[in-house]
Amino acid sequence: MTAELAIDALKRARPDGRAVDAFMHGRSFPIVEGPKVTFVYRGGAEAVYLKSWVYGLPNSQPLHCLPGTELWYLTLDVPPGSRIEYKFEVLQHGHSRWMEDPLNPHRASDPFGANSVAHGHGYELPEWAQPDPEALQGKLIEWNIESKAFGERRDLAIYLPARFRPTRRYPLLFVHDGRDYLRFASLKTVLDNLVHRLEIPGLVVALCNSPNRILEYADHERHARFVTEECIPDLESRLPLVGKPRGRCLMGASFGGVASLSTAFRYPGFYGRLLLQSGSFAFSDIGNQNKRGPAFEPVIAFMNRFRASSELVSERAFISCGMHESLIYENRSLIPMLQASGMELRYVEARDGHNWENWRDRLREGLSWLFPGPLLMVYE
Amino acid sequence: MRGVLLGTLGPEKPTLAGAVRALEVDGPVALITAGWQEYEGQVEELPEKLGRDIVPLDLYRRTERVFAEDAELRAEHRALQETLRTGQEYYRLRLARSLDAALDIARFARGSPLEADEARLSMSYMRAMDRDHLDRVQGLRRDFDERMQPLRRPAVARQRAEIARLLQGTRILAIAGGHVAVLLNRLRLFGISDLVEDKVLVAWGGGAMVTAERVLLFHEDPPQGEGISELLEPGLGFHTGILPLPGPRHRLKLQDRERVGWLARRHAPFKCIALDNGAHVSFDGPRWFADSEGSHWLREDGSVSEEWVS
Repeated sequence: MTAELAIDALKRARPDGRAVDAFMHGRSFPIVEGPKVTFVYRGGAEAVYLKSWVYGLPNSQPLHCLPGTELWYLTLDVPPGSRIEYKFEVLQHGHSRWMEDPLNPHRASDPFGANSVAHGHGYELPEWAQPDPEALQGKLIEWNIESKAFGERRDLAIYLPARFRPTRRYPLLFVHDGRDYLRFASLKTVLDNLVHRLEIPGLVVALCNSPNRILEYADHERHARFVTEECIPDLESRLPLVGKPRGRCLMGASFGGVASLSTAFRYPGFYGRLLLQSGSFAFSDIGNQNKRGPAFEPVIAFMNRFRASSELVSERAFISCGMHESLIYENRSLIPMLQASGMELRYVEARDGHNWENWRDRLREGLSWLFPGPLLMVYE
Repeated sequence: MRGVLLGTLGPEKPTLAGAVRALEVDGPVALITAGWQEYEGQVEELPEKLGRDIVPLDLYRRTERVFAEDAELRAEHRALQETLRTGQEYYRLRLARSLDAALDIARFARGSPLEADEARLSMSYMRAMDRDHLDRVQGLRRDFDERMQPLRRPAVARQRAEIARLLQGTRILAIAGGHVAVLLNRLRLFGISDLVEDKVLVAWGGGAMVTAERVLLFHEDPPQGEGISELLEPGLGFHTGILPLPGPRHRLKLQDRERVGWLARRHAPFKCIALDNGAHVSFDGPRWFADSEGSHWLREDGSVSEEWVS
């Protein structure tokens, strides 16, 4: 027999304000009971909506008001291990306001602000994504390049692993939206931990940012030239890097995934590794029709060209995507094509959305697949 | 031989110094840090950690010098390493496929009259693979030694004589961890086993592993794969009866009885002993003593016990 949900027990009791106080006291929100998650809002309102971005579900779902109270609730089926980002839309006095869930302390930040996060039963923040006092710290240094492609100076940050030595040869990971990966996906902590645990070798990581990523990451010739003909040669001449395809990896999420794939496509064989997270790989099967807006026009043109080609652009790729994203369809479609080109591929789906914590949670698997560390051989 | 083995070294400095002091042997410590590779010389902290003066033997640096002087030896040594690496990969692949089969069969046979016999057979095949792998590595190394006679080659003999001279002024040999294949290669190249005579051993991390009778590589929670352990090759055999498993915190699933029992039965009659960060155990010939908390015996029934000393 299934245990009664807390909210159902409360409903059955026909509660007054005091009973609601007692219900709220000491409880975590949203309420996770096995595969059911109950979202709760308390306050005067004409209507309350759950705004979430789970592919296949409505973007907006109304919460129900418990009669005689100001308690609003909505129970959803949420599979184990899921993460759902959401906000509440509260309608008061005819005005609508979006807000984070005031009862839930879990937040996920991104460049546009923050969302509340509901963790499905069994989700755990990965241990390797949290600071480990035993892990030696790598360091970040500033780096700049006078770009002929862009006609201006571009700034990068370079991560050097702990115990960096000029006598070694390091693989290079080139990261699009590097600042956001550091800030929202704990990239430095993850790198420090994985290197410390020998799950990846020491990597040199170039973190780039674009002043106009929507333009420059959407199959932009100048961006590809900047990365391949300016950044990589500069880095390989001034740092002890492997300097071969197997030691060069492009990484990015969303449009950064497009930037990585399109750059590799323009220079086939130059990059031996790709790490593509929730790539915005929109395409069309008939013409270049586009339902996603003008920013996607160059992406669709590129993806259609890419899909028509069978060229092997890179030896190995790790691709991940959230099941809650609309991009899941495009990412799934890409896999058999890449396999047919002879690429060695690892594809992972997560019960998560288009967000930095999803991308953070996949980094261990992706990086260690592309760059296996010496963990079986080294015992300090 | 007698000595002390430690898990990985933690930041707590008294551990190593205390273990050395308990040996009641005076004098400086001959030190091998070849497993640290190009960081071999970064030993500034060790005199304080050991509580003694150190005499670095510089096996990694000496090897580089040998290879610079003797191109033929370098080429043949590299070829041997390539063969060993390839053989290790094939052995690993065979282990992984066999484990898949063993797990499938265990599931299919559960509750059937064949269950126990199938489990016995699966274990027996794994042990046979381990044995064959060790035999092959031993054979390859023997062929190399007979063909190349490394100890008789002038570049090696010169360095070895210096090592022997340095060892004469010490009564304790300390071997740090690091990359176990690199470490073991250097120890073998200079025939260190025949130079240690009546030295007392202090070894930690990978150093504790390579001084056992066989070198067991392990990580049960890797980011990729099943995390099946594998043997590297026979070790130096400075101590007997146990296989040290340093640093279990991230590497072993000691709560998983099935895994613990499987590992223990596979490597019996050796006792698999996990050594926490900072834990130390000592030995005197075949007898073992637990000098601190944090050493765990992985038993064949899947349990883990602190009571294991002989």
